[in-house]
Amino acid sequence: MQIDNILYKRRRIASRIGLALSMSAMAVGLAVLIWILYVLFSNGLSALDLNLLTHDTPAPGTDGGGLRNAIVGSLMIVSLTVLVSTPVGILAGIYLTEFGDESKTAELTRFVTDIMLSAPSIVLGLFVYAIAVATVGNFSGYAGSLALSLIAIPVVMRTTENMLRLVPGSLREAAFALGAPRWKVSTMVTLRAAKSGVMTGILLAVARISGETAPLLFTALNNQFFSTNMAAPMANLPVVIFQFAMSPYDNWVRLAWAGALLITMTVLLLNIVARVAFRDKVQ
Amino acid sequence: MNQQTAIKNAIEVKNLNFFYGKFQGLKNVSMNIAERKVTAFIGPSGCGKSTLLRTLNRMYSLYPGQRAEGEINLYGQNILDKDQDLNLLRARVGMVFQKPTPFPMTIYDNIAFGVRLYESLSDSDMDDRVEWALSKAALWTEVKDKLGQNGLSLSGGQQQRLCIARSVAVKPSVLLLDEPTSALDPISTGKVEELVNELKSEYTIAIVTHNMQQAARVSDFTAYMYLGELIEFGETEQIFFKPTKTATEDYITGRFG
Repeated sequence: MQIDNILYKRRRIASRIGLALSMSAMAVGLAVLIWILYVLFSNGLSALDLNLLTHDTPAPGTDGGGLRNAIVGSLMIVSLTVLVSTPVGILAGIYLTEFGDESKTAELTRFVTDIMLSAPSIVLGLFVYAIAVATVGNFSGYAGSLALSLIAIPVVMRTTENMLRLVPGSLREAAFALGAPRWKVSTMVTLRAAKSGVMTGILLAVARISGETAPLLFTALNNQFFSTNMAAPMANLPVVIFQFAMSPYDNWVRLAWAGALLITMTVLLLNIVARVAFRDKVQ
Repeated sequence: MNQQTAIKNAIEVKNLNFFYGKFQGLKNVSMNIAERKVTAFIGPSGCGKSTLLRTLNRMYSLYPGQRAEGEINLYGQNILDKDQDLNLLRARVGMVFQKPTPFPMTIYDNIAFGVRLYESLSDSDMDDRVEWALSKAALWTEVKDKLGQNGLSLSGGQQQRLCIARSVAVKPSVLLLDEPTSALDPISTGKVEELVNELKSEYTIAIVTHNMQQAARVSDFTAYMYLGELIEFGETEQIFFKPTKTATEDYITGRFG
């Protein structure tokens, strides 16, 4: 064989250029991420102390303060959202794969879900404002959960659907072959087989909604005081960060950074848990 | 009882045509499946033997676009009737598939799953049933100390016997085996074949197989199919030693297929 050295060298150079370009693109992306984390940690870390958990958001002009009301509010709003969106999302996902499949209704549902997935969250917030705040007359934690549910449900639904699709048809047939009705096959066999994937979907949905600010601005608003009444305006981390970060008070700005760090750490933790706990267990 | 005394038919197939959309998968098939005997379906790939098997428990009804015409009488009742309750039918006509399909649950629950659908047993009765079914499938001694383990933790051969046990546990009258050993090693295959031999004293068995030696070893009757048609059907000995049609002979002797 006669090797054309020039051809070979030229190809090697082209390969190196390609590699260098993709490496530098990767480096830019990574650098930005590290920069964000660096700024977040350098500003937020100093503000992290126990007062965050024991004190509520301070009034204008007062010293110190913490984020207790906002943390509890966020936890309650997000928990309620998970309670609402998990069953709805999973059941709808089961419908799409196991019952509707290629029917017109299922196709339409899929289409609408895709729109919901990419809908700007501020639009969803405004919608919930119109139906659950303007009509009732006051902002509330419930309205906040509703708005977040509208974001979470499509995520849970599509992940559930995709995970159920990965379950081999032979497993379904085997369950049907025992005389199991469709809902038993879906809940006892297919959903179980896809369990880890579905759980991952839920965790990712939580990660997605825990930082959403726009929908909460219109719905849960904020509350300077500690409150567990979900029928009333409720403090929550994203809105507190939004308001405090732009304030002239130093302690407010510090609290905003601390809150941002808390959310980031939570999301990071959820992502790691989702990856580690449910890795390679999809059957 | 004497082998020769009148053989009763569990299933009578009459003029069965089957369609995958526009493609006709079975052409005017008529045959009887004898009670408490093993009937084997053989033939080259795509001949319709699995299709025929899947009409016997209406598995095809899961898929829109697939339909069957004709009659399949299970103890005198036409299961192709529109009013046929498919779940009840499948509880009576069990099926084991090519690849082992243990459910993602414990070994115990794999067996109990089907039983719980149609019977309310006390805990101790359920324990007995699970032991009985696993013993029937010659798996009890291997798994009795790990019933709480996931069914997926078993080896391929064990998984397949678990699937057989699962089907036997609901006490069907007919057992359909769709190439049950094609994914198994020779030793596991031997065990499953022994099992088929034992189960036929209580169950009517129909088995699809690619392996002609297997058909010869385990079956009482053999149906040879080609391109959706039933070419020849008769006692296994006759089919293998004195086939009446040259097409059958060509396939069995390996000149074709």
